Amino acid sequence: MKKTIITVVGKDTVGIIARVCTYLANNQINILDISQTIVSGYFNMMMVVDTNQCTKDFGSICEELDQAGQEIGVAIKCQKEEIFDSMHRI
Amino acid sequence: MINIYEVNETNKMIEKENLDVRTITMGISLLDCCDSDLKICNEKIYQKIYESAKDLVKTGEAISREFGIPIVNKRISVTPIALVGGSCCKTPEDFVSIAKTLDKVAGDVGVNILGGYSALVAKGMTRADELLIRSIPQALSQTSRICSSVSVGSTKTGINMDAVKLMGEIVKETAELTKDEDSVGCTKLVVLCNPPDDNPFMAGAFHGVTEADRIINVGVSGPGVVKTALEKVRGENFEVLCETIKKTAFKVTRVGQLVAKEASRLLDVPFGIVDLSLAPTPAVGDSVADILCEIGLEHAGAPGTTAALALLNDQVKKGGIMASSYVGGLSGAFIPVSEDQGMIDAVNAGALTLEKLEAMTCVCSVGLDMIAIPGKTKATTISGIIADEMAIGMINQKTTAVRVMPVVGKDVGDVAQYGGLFGYAPIMPVNEFSCDAFVNRGGRIPAPVHSFKN
Repeated sequence: MKKTIITVVGKDTVGIIARVCTYLANNQINILDISQTIVSGYFNMMMVVDTNQCTKDFGSICEELDQAGQEIGVAIKCQKEEIFDSMHRI
Repeated sequence: MINIYEVNETNKMIEKENLDVRTITMGISLLDCCDSDLKICNEKIYQKIYESAKDLVKTGEAISREFGIPIVNKRISVTPIALVGGSCCKTPEDFVSIAKTLDKVAGDVGVNILGGYSALVAKGMTRADELLIRSIPQALSQTSRICSSVSVGSTKTGINMDAVKLMGEIVKETAELTKDEDSVGCTKLVVLCNPPDDNPFMAGAFHGVTEADRIINVGVSGPGVVKTALEKVRGENFEVLCETIKKTAFKVTRVGQLVAKEASRLLDVPFGIVDLSLAPTPAVGDSVADILCEIGLEHAGAPGTTAALALLNDQVKKGGIMASSYVGGLSGAFIPVSEDQGMIDAVNAGALTLEKLEAMTCVCSVGLDMIAIPGKTKATTISGIIADEMAIGMINQKTTAVRVMPVVGKDVGDVAQYGGLFGYAPIMPVNEFSCDAFVNRGGRIPAPVHSFKN
């Protein structure tokens, strides 16, 4: 199973996780892991998700999440896990 | 499993430190396009390149989206055209027609540069080689996406001084034909010694005859990432410094390896090599000179620069080699002037001269690169500069190159403007003492002895 990493960075506000999770639920994207911190008032979240059940192509997911992020004032990035695995694991 | 700190580190490299994949270059053999009829040869070349590379740009963009990493350029390298056009080109103009075909197909598949308008004449020139070389000024002035390279020497064969002399004249002629745009033609023309067959970086990329029919080569970059990593070890000793560069180069190269494998899979073209180079751009924070400053120099060009560059180049290779299954190309630190804001600043501050750059080329990955010189510089002087650089490559068994622009109508104190990745360059002074008698001797410099290394 190929996993996808979603990162959310921005000013902390109410409902960020709710908004992202709603989108994921609506698109059959399963959340495998969430970690989150607040660094000097900035919200910083990483999600590991499984997009295998999602019918949309990867590009559309990226665009729609980016759009959702803009609406609530945070930057949302969606990347295949391999780039992080390649860089940080031998 | 990957943790949030690792994810943030990678994304910070991409977003703040200009980590990118500099180029996916598809090497395409055109040897099967040879024909005795020029028109048919041109048609075959167009078809072969179009069919091979029509999905290259689209695939590059898809990979970029999947991994969230910019892939700046998608490019093509082809078999040296002097070989391909040898049987059908009887005049320089015939070769120019091939250049135009290459330019058109490059535009049609959407790549920004195509390299391989080249001749390999390290020991001698065939009639076709000479025709191609003589067509270069026209070819570069009448096309926009073509890069040309000529190999005039190697450690195994010595230096072809007839070709060196000719190239001095060709560089001047190219400058003259593109004088309306600050002699921009010369930014697409490089003279090489010991060129690799699998180099993905322009202007020296061509698809060597030792290569497979098609191949994917990837060039990674990330001077900004190395610079930022070094900021954290200021004042530490050389062991710490070198370890930091190595680790950073490893991470950067791993991204290149991933992208190369993915491109190879999606395009169904074999993976060739990753070129683990630090290739600067004019963007702030994307400079090799800034790394040299971070190592401890006031400006690139100060005493210590050659040593700093030598260790940088070596550590980049050491870190990168383990990160990729196949390393090739030029692999090391590039030191172009116009494409590196730190280098430009060093020249403007009076810290960096042509002579110091020449010394630096003994330990960097390539050579004298993107250096603007006065338009009045004589052809023989340019040949002399080329001969010096080729000698460094020949004796030290490394790739060296010369890409200088004698900017017509401009002199020391002026600035040549190229824009985009090519940047801008202050005109640098050139030693004006004559080397006419040396260059005009003609013939070859014999291959060097491979022992008695002092």
